[in-house]
Amino acid sequence: MSTATAAPAAKPAEGLFSKKNRKLITDPLNDNNPITVQVLGICSALAITVKVQNAVVMSLSVLAVVVVGNMVISALRNLIPGRIRIIAQLVIAAGLVTLVDIVLKAYVYDVSKQVGVYVGLIITNCILMGRYEAFAMGNKVWPSALDGLGNSLGYAWILVAVATVREITGNGSWMGIRLIPESVYAANGGGYFNNNMMILPPMALVLVGIIIWIQRSRNTKLIEQ
Amino acid sequence: MAFDKNSNSFTFIFATVMVVVVGTLLAVTFLALKPAYDENIRREKMQNILASIKVKVDRDAAPAKYDELVKETFLVDANGAPAEGDAFSLDVLKQYKDWKAGVGKAEDMMYPVYKANTDGKELFVLPMVGTGLWGPVWGYVSVEKDGRTIYGSTFDHKGETPGLGAEIATPVFIDQFPGKTITEEDGSYTGIKVYKGGSGTTDPHGVDGISGGTITSDGVNEMLMRTLAVYDKYLKSVVAPPAPPVTEAVPTDSLATDSTSTSLVNP
Repeated sequence: MSTATAAPAAKPAEGLFSKKNRKLITDPLNDNNPITVQVLGICSALAITVKVQNAVVMSLSVLAVVVVGNMVISALRNLIPGRIRIIAQLVIAAGLVTLVDIVLKAYVYDVSKQVGVYVGLIITNCILMGRYEAFAMGNKVWPSALDGLGNSLGYAWILVAVATVREITGNGSWMGIRLIPESVYAANGGGYFNNNMMILPPMALVLVGIIIWIQRSRNTKLIEQ
Repeated sequence: MAFDKNSNSFTFIFATVMVVVVGTLLAVTFLALKPAYDENIRREKMQNILASIKVKVDRDAAPAKYDELVKETFLVDANGAPAEGDAFSLDVLKQYKDWKAGVGKAEDMMYPVYKANTDGKELFVLPMVGTGLWGPVWGYVSVEKDGRTIYGSTFDHKGETPGLGAEIATPVFIDQFPGKTITEEDGSYTGIKVYKGGSGTTDPHGVDGISGGTITSDGVNEMLMRTLAVYDKYLKSVVAPPAPPVTEAVPTDSLATDSTSTSLVNP
């Protein structure tokens, strides 16, 4: 990796997947999850999780923006003037998000139609600014990339989990594949109704709350005194 | 580093370079990908037109099928008279928004018509735009050669509530349209009424709206009534005057129930 040039540390060279670097990826999945522990990026978690497909595309978009943004900012961290560092981070975030939006529109038009509005809102996703400011500004490129990857994966699994529950209960399908057969629906003579409440954003908040509850009850490190 | 990265001059230089680099990158990417994006929009429009005549195709196959089936495109003006202009490239949504915003006048609005042949029938495909709960709704309705019987339709929306208003884009709503008529047998205009959801209407000039999607259904109702009124003028001018009623039109006994079902009309 090119980061070797700016290595003032006298420590022996770290492996690419040293224990410390591995922790950068695994930590955000549980102990330091961006949604359930840092409580960042909640808005998109509420808005985007009606369908699993949307959640996956949103997660991939966030992943691209956080990882690339983290690397760019980390590479520039010795150049970015302190007084305008937030502006610089915002410009890079906005630029990358716009890029993602253009690419989605051109290549996955159907998906872009559904998540288009929210892709623009990635700019205001606190995970971005949080990682850029808290991690990338003070760390080398490779750890920053791993940190971005870890955090966006932590974000992704919560999104997909919430979307899974909401799509199955609210629409009877998963990733667009019908799980609950048409024949049991009331419209076709059965007695089953989709739970329309699950489609509305407040239920996503309740689901995120339940995930936080389960996580805290299992992970003693997170329990506040 | 030899320079002071917190000096004013470096801050200015950094900001300028950063903005120029990011701006250039975005502009180049956008211009490079714009043709693909425009093509997606164009194909989607063709797909919608084809869907309204019950031809379902992939977006990639849309242009070929469109060229095969759609024979003629033209504009009609607000009085239903044919007018000059390119029908396919007319942005009816923009025209509608301008009119809503008070920029354009209703009598200046243009209405595209696509003539298509499928299933041995000659069909008029009529695009329309209206307002739902959260944003625009739009659709294409195809009318048979008699100028009053609906053959098929398709509707879509920008951001209606999933599970409620968004259902107008599903077969539940769309499949009610075929066979409905937009005029009485004597030629007087009725349009297509969207009844309050769950009414189970038997009106030959009306469909059942979406339960819980009242505002969206009302918007679709307004769109159908307003736009079909204009197209009706055009269709009357090209279709032979309604001398003997067309056989496959609605049976007369369902007209008798018409008076009862109108009492269910959602104001």
